[in-house]
Amino acid sequence: MSLFLLKNAVLADPSSALNEERDILIENGKIREVGKNISVGPNCEKIDLTGKTVFPGLIDMHVHFRDPGRVDKETIETGTAAAAAGGFTSVACMGNTDPVADNDSVIEYIVSKARAKGSVNVFPIGAITKGLKGLELAEMGRMLAAGAVAFSDDGRCVMDSSVMRHALEYARQFGAVLISHSEDHNLSDGGFMNESYLSTILGLKGIPSLAEEVMVERDIALASQFGHVHIAHVSCAGSVDRIRAAKTRGVHITCETAPHYFTLTEAAVEGYNTNAKMNPPLRSERDVRAVIEGLKDGTIDVIASDHAPHTQEDKNVEFALAANGIVGLETTLGLVISELVETKELKLLDAIAKLTVNPANILGIKKGAVKVGTDADLTVVDLGKEWTVDSKKFLSKSRNTPFDGWRLKGKVAHTIVGGKFVVKDGIFQNQ
Amino acid sequence: MALKSKDLLGLKELSSGEINLILDTAESMKEVLSRPMRTAPALQGKIVTTLFYEPSTRTKNSFETAAKMLSASSSSIAASTSSAVKGETLIDTVKNLEAIGVNGIIVRHSMAGAPHLIARNISGSVINAGDGFNEHPTQALLDMFTMREKKGPIKGKKVVIVGDILHSRVARSNAWGLLKLGASVTLVGPPTLMPKGIEATGAKVSYNLDEAIKDADFVNVLRIQMERQQKGLFPSLIEYTKLFGITKERLEKARKDVVIMHPGPINRGVEISSDVADSSRSVILEQVTNGVAVRMAVLFLLMGSRGKN
Repeated sequence: MSLFLLKNAVLADPSSALNEERDILIENGKIREVGKNISVGPNCEKIDLTGKTVFPGLIDMHVHFRDPGRVDKETIETGTAAAAAGGFTSVACMGNTDPVADNDSVIEYIVSKARAKGSVNVFPIGAITKGLKGLELAEMGRMLAAGAVAFSDDGRCVMDSSVMRHALEYARQFGAVLISHSEDHNLSDGGFMNESYLSTILGLKGIPSLAEEVMVERDIALASQFGHVHIAHVSCAGSVDRIRAAKTRGVHITCETAPHYFTLTEAAVEGYNTNAKMNPPLRSERDVRAVIEGLKDGTIDVIASDHAPHTQEDKNVEFALAANGIVGLETTLGLVISELVETKELKLLDAIAKLTVNPANILGIKKGAVKVGTDADLTVVDLGKEWTVDSKKFLSKSRNTPFDGWRLKGKVAHTIVGGKFVVKDGIFQNQ
Repeated sequence: MALKSKDLLGLKELSSGEINLILDTAESMKEVLSRPMRTAPALQGKIVTTLFYEPSTRTKNSFETAAKMLSASSSSIAASTSSAVKGETLIDTVKNLEAIGVNGIIVRHSMAGAPHLIARNISGSVINAGDGFNEHPTQALLDMFTMREKKGPIKGKKVVIVGDILHSRVARSNAWGLLKLGASVTLVGPPTLMPKGIEATGAKVSYNLDEAIKDADFVNVLRIQMERQQKGLFPSLIEYTKLFGITKERLEKARKDVVIMHPGPINRGVEISSDVADSSRSVILEQVTNGVAVRMAVLFLLMGSRGKN
């Protein structure tokens, strides 16, 4: 029996459009009461959060934990520690592990490892097709029973439209969402960065934004007939426009972007900086602007880190050989606050909705809102506090970030998962 | 005046003053090469290594000759015989070369930016002998040296570069160098082999070779590779030749004194006909000769006057 009271904090909960001072009483890991000036007995621990803001526990619906397989890059233990440090209480991890999470055994492994070693809630995403090969459907039903919450071949596009159609039809019986890595691999054809003047003068083979747009359009067409598609990591203006138009027509489509697509342009690649190499690639100024507009008008529902840890050995090499992706769990919230909220592009609640209630609704998980009777997953943030990104201090096993040295606003004070302080006063609590 | 960097990674990074310095120095080097005793002691005691991850006859031999003419010791590593096949990283390979005592590394690599990666990791000089589709600076320098020798200052000259611009580091280096020295550059080739946004460099783009060569002082012809046809970038070599091949008939529409250049190796009968390649308008072999002088100049400027190497 544990009981404690969070006092004097501003509760900012997009699910109820609340942004006011509230006390929160937590009992046995659940939220017992939310109200003004809750009175408790003298034996109840009171934690004063004056000056802090409480969000529903943040959700990152797109991370790569490399576990099983490449545990030299990240494990469920280190990945969830990084998540907690970044203020996330729940993550959904992609299935492109080794072996691929395309069957219930791997899903069970992830769930049990997360239970034993994880600091935050882990929701596995199973593969759409066996071995991510894009040919045969993976056992969605058995994976759902083992704890999977959605399906994706992320890292690869399901190129065969007939396979994608059948996957959507099949997933619909379970009400499960398919997350599409929308990329026409024939158009991207082994490119390394955005196709543009810059790729021309760096002599790097380009990936046209068309490679994304073409598949987004296909996925919209499929979604309009066969059910919910969620587009992962939207990076370019053309995709934002197409998704906006589809939503207007009532197509069941949702999407996410990652912080690097609203903060960085392809210029970060100059000097062959492999920490600016990702897929989809960083795009132009115009695309960054379009992504921000998409976030503002609600076309883009979710911000997810696409946390992609890689070792030095995989990054400190020729640009063409370097692995795609960057770590993001420990910088996402700071980038959202600094680059979207502080800049007045988004209101705080609208930005936080993309890290809480929206991903929860898309995945169909009972998270993302501060409600009596639910798990006490809360993120407490000092919104005014400035800090400097220092990859050496990351709890992730990997350091591959282009944001090293950035000054950001919004520092995590406490990360509370099921009533437990996983991060307290900014310090990860090793259990 | 001296070069600002310890490395020659590309002409994109050089000023017009630096390019002219290299070309002027190359003139002195060419004079050295014309003497009966063709060597100079400038790089005595220095060691240079050619590290080639792609095949080459001209460039590698030319660099090695240039090093010898300046009295440097040279060694060469071909990727197939190096530790790369054992899985050694590029950074480890060059750090080992530096530990052996190498003062300069001349590198050719299929991946753009590989020389830049090396340059960041060693204190000696790095010379880019071609990286992916990015740059091949000494080729462009020897092309410009040859142009200057044939027709005087580069400024105001009209240069047509024809071929697979998309995959050509020679085209990019030539465009950077020529534009910096005030030439007018027209890039010609099929639209499928034209890189995106290249006009922003200041070069013009044309798909009509007959039109483009009318008033050209120089036509630099690039090699076309069979592989691009397999990729679906053009339908056939015969059609390519018809549209973009340099033939005697086509040159009737050009100026009488037009100079034909090619970085080699040439595909006779494809991008250039034999009668043009072997004609008096062609300076293809002179380019090769000048390559040695230009590379001597580069080696000398990077490694000779810089005591710390």
